[in-house]
Amino acid sequence: MAKVKVATVWLSGCSGCHMSFLDQDEKIIELAEKIELVYSPIVDIKDFPENVDITFVEGAVANEEQLHQLKTIRERTKLLIAFGDCAVTGNVVALRNMFQDSVKEVLERAYVENVDHSKQYPTQVPKLLENAHPLHEVVKVDFYLPGCPPSAELINYVLNEILDGRKPSLEGRFKFG
Amino acid sequence: MSERTVKLVIDGREVFAKPTDTILKAAKDNGIYIPTLCYLEGLTAYGGCRLCVVEVKGNPKLMTSCTTPVSNNMEVITNSPRLNKYRKQIIELLLAERTHTCSVCVANGSCELQELATRFGVDHTSVSRNWKRFEIDMTHERFVLDHNRCILCTRCIRVCDEIEGVHVLDVKRRGKDSSIVIDLDEPWAASYSCTSCGKCSAVCPVGAIYVKLKPLSETKKKELPEFVVERRRR
Amino acid sequence: MKPEEIQKIAEIEHDMRMAYKYRIKVCCSSGCIPFGAQKLLKAFEDAVKELGLQNVCKVARTGCVGTCSVAPVVLIDPGNHLYQNVKPEDAKRIVQEHVVNGRILEEFVYKNEAYFSKQYRLVLRNAGKIDPLRIEDYISVGGYSALAKALTQMTPEQVIYEVTVSGLRGRGGAGFPTGQKWNFVAKSTAKPKYVVANLDEGDPGVFANRTLAEADPHAIIEGMTIAAYAVGAEKGYIYIRSEYPLAIQTLKKAIEQAKSYGLIGDNILGSTFNFDIELRLGAGAFVAGEETAILSSIEGLRATPRPRPPYPAVSGLWGKPTLINNVETLANVPLIILNGGAWFSKIGTPKCTGTKCFSLTGKVRNPGLIEVPMGITLKEVVYEIGGGVPEGRKFKAVLVGGPSGGCLPESMLSLPIDYESLTQAGAIMGSGGIVVIDDESCIVDTARFFIDFCMDESCGKCVPCRAGLPKVREILDKIMVGEGTEEDLKVLEELSYLIKDASLCGLGQTAPNPVLTTLNYFKKEYLSHILDGKCPAGKCNIKRMEVVKK
Repeated sequence: MAKVKVATVWLSGCSGCHMSFLDQDEKIIELAEKIELVYSPIVDIKDFPENVDITFVEGAVANEEQLHQLKTIRERTKLLIAFGDCAVTGNVVALRNMFQDSVKEVLERAYVENVDHSKQYPTQVPKLLENAHPLHEVVKVDFYLPGCPPSAELINYVLNEILDGRKPSLEGRFKFG
Repeated sequence: MSERTVKLVIDGREVFAKPTDTILKAAKDNGIYIPTLCYLEGLTAYGGCRLCVVEVKGNPKLMTSCTTPVSNNMEVITNSPRLNKYRKQIIELLLAERTHTCSVCVANGSCELQELATRFGVDHTSVSRNWKRFEIDMTHERFVLDHNRCILCTRCIRVCDEIEGVHVLDVKRRGKDSSIVIDLDEPWAASYSCTSCGKCSAVCPVGAIYVKLKPLSETKKKELPEFVVERRRR
Repeated sequence: MKPEEIQKIAEIEHDMRMAYKYRIKVCCSSGCIPFGAQKLLKAFEDAVKELGLQNVCKVARTGCVGTCSVAPVVLIDPGNHLYQNVKPEDAKRIVQEHVVNGRILEEFVYKNEAYFSKQYRLVLRNAGKIDPLRIEDYISVGGYSALAKALTQMTPEQVIYEVTVSGLRGRGGAGFPTGQKWNFVAKSTAKPKYVVANLDEGDPGVFANRTLAEADPHAIIEGMTIAAYAVGAEKGYIYIRSEYPLAIQTLKKAIEQAKSYGLIGDNILGSTFNFDIELRLGAGAFVAGEETAILSSIEGLRATPRPRPPYPAVSGLWGKPTLINNVETLANVPLIILNGGAWFSKIGTPKCTGTKCFSLTGKVRNPGLIEVPMGITLKEVVYEIGGGVPEGRKFKAVLVGGPSGGCLPESMLSLPIDYESLTQAGAIMGSGGIVVIDDESCIVDTARFFIDFCMDESCGKCVPCRAGLPKVREILDKIMVGEGTEEDLKVLEELSYLIKDASLCGLGQTAPNPVLTTLNYFKKEYLSHILDGKCPAGKCNIKRMEVVKK
């Protein structure tokens, strides 16, 4: 039987969800029997491949590149999972949305106020969006896996349920934050 | 003490209640769970969060179980797909209304809204979230009032008024612009009426009023009003 | 004062009226005053003086006859000739021609017979007839004789019986049987009891209660006093919004007059019955018109609704039994007492008796205040009384019931106006606002406007209304700029049902009506915004589809 193609993506987030994914420890070895990791921050592949079965997307959508990237991912993925609070709610990344002119205030704070030398806005990086968004505000999301981060057990449960062709039930199992 | 003389049916189960009981009380006494948020034992029922709504046979309207008294032969449904859908929507609306970011909240892990989201499987908000920014009142030496996390359940107002007997807190403005005020909308430190008793922080279901430098798990005392009321009765 | 004295005053008044051959009545209600009614009154007085007709012709102010679109208006008796768009400089000519030469000035005559022929004026019986600032005028047309009858010839039970038989239902919008409500309060044993008259008419474009208070304040006071007698209350409050200065002034004066005549106060008409009325002013909140929010407001608290039960009839003002009726309901009461409940029950339909006042506004030829028998069809109201939409435009919808009413399409126009039919169609009787919408208006925009109103007026107590309505508006906004999706329509509908079913009070429970009815009857128009990127009315500024898809 062909292995299920799984990808994991890291947008604006702290990578904590990926750490939690890795925290599945020995269970990852069991998973490896069933899945093939076709794209991930821990896999050295540059472009997001076609025909991916399941994609875990960590982090909020905060800049133009991520927006573009997420749309490509959506087109090439059968089942897209919003992975962790940033992807589900915007979480800490979206706290900047509370500021009036959030992009300017964030840049000012990070690259001018808190910097001792060569105070300047970055120029060679993707432009920040006016607001940071949870995934479902930009593309269709098939499954939500909240948590900051979601626990390794929960990730394992969800992934195994999906692999077995069931819809995981989160009632009582997850926790925001 | 009055007797349990009222017979009613809750979710198909025949139960007995005192004539003065509410549906919520009768359900709770019989081990039937109804979600609540603004309700707190010992305080006047408010009927604002609408989570405890139930269906009462013969009544086309949904009734808040925290305010509706029991009556003989009443048939109550506390758990139906429709009710649970509404409850999920209400939790979503609360999460979306202000900037509830659990990961950076003092109440993380002891928050009633967070618990309800878990329980009802509210894994995201289908309505867009608001990011309106409210000022945080940190002027008081011990307490903080963070409107960004307030769900306007008014437990703090009621505990201050009914248990502490001071009525420092109230609501200003209306609708989506409602917010809790201290005295006549003054900074907390400037309040003459506040006794700094901290009951407001003890009953806050979320992380809107809390004690500085302490996680809510250490300062929360949900049972406080009930305890005081019970003592007063003696 | 003794009951017989009322009769005496009526007779004296009658004789005084007869002394004048002509009576020129200038409408001085809020509809005509902005168009110079006060100056007009003065101009007529001066003209009569100038022509030396003081002994033949009496000039007086009067209340609204409802033709507000042709303000200011003047009525001349005998014959009740209605002159429209009269200016102060026309006064002398009108007096000269009409009174001296006996010639009617055709150019000023209001010619729209249909406007009045379909109406039935019960509540507004005295509007345009009497001077609202004179209690004697009210007495001269039979005023306070119902109170006298109730106090001298009827027991409270008999009063309630007549009201019950009449089939009168609450005119505040919900349509609860009035007799039943009175009975609940009468049966409550706690004392004291209160009567509250609701005059907190906050709907945009609705002015029926205001007109009633400005034109016939004593009808409200008399109805209230009879109600108090029936339920055993000694204290009453008229709760009126402070945005109605003229109505407040008129009522204040009326209460003073009634007090000085002993028609309210202690030992009314020589009986042992005491009843005092106080005016309470709202502070500009729509929700304060909700029957339990009124109670909070009168008690001096924030005007937020309270959960029911306990019902106000059991635990109302300060926890005491309280009767809350709309002023329009109360104004019907004297007629029921005088003519009997059976007489009243024959007007309208068997289930919905009597009449209802409507503020007819929007895209109609003859906007204004109308009173029609229950059971009249929307078509008759819009086309026959209202004269249909102005030339060149097409009828699109009619919004019945104020901001939380329902938008009904042309196919529903044969609907009879009664509580049940309207509710079934998704609209409500509500405050009696009828707004006609033509093809120039976008249906999404219309729904958004009313949601916006309810959102701003939400008290913030319960979550569905406070947090839900802003989300409903957000989605409508999105649709209006062409960014909506079909998924949004689903969320819109689900949210609307939540707000309708789970909200605490009538405001929230009815606020989604404009959305639900437009989704039901005008879904095409929503889809046109979403799928074709087009606003059929050409109203919304929709971005081009390519942009949206990016």
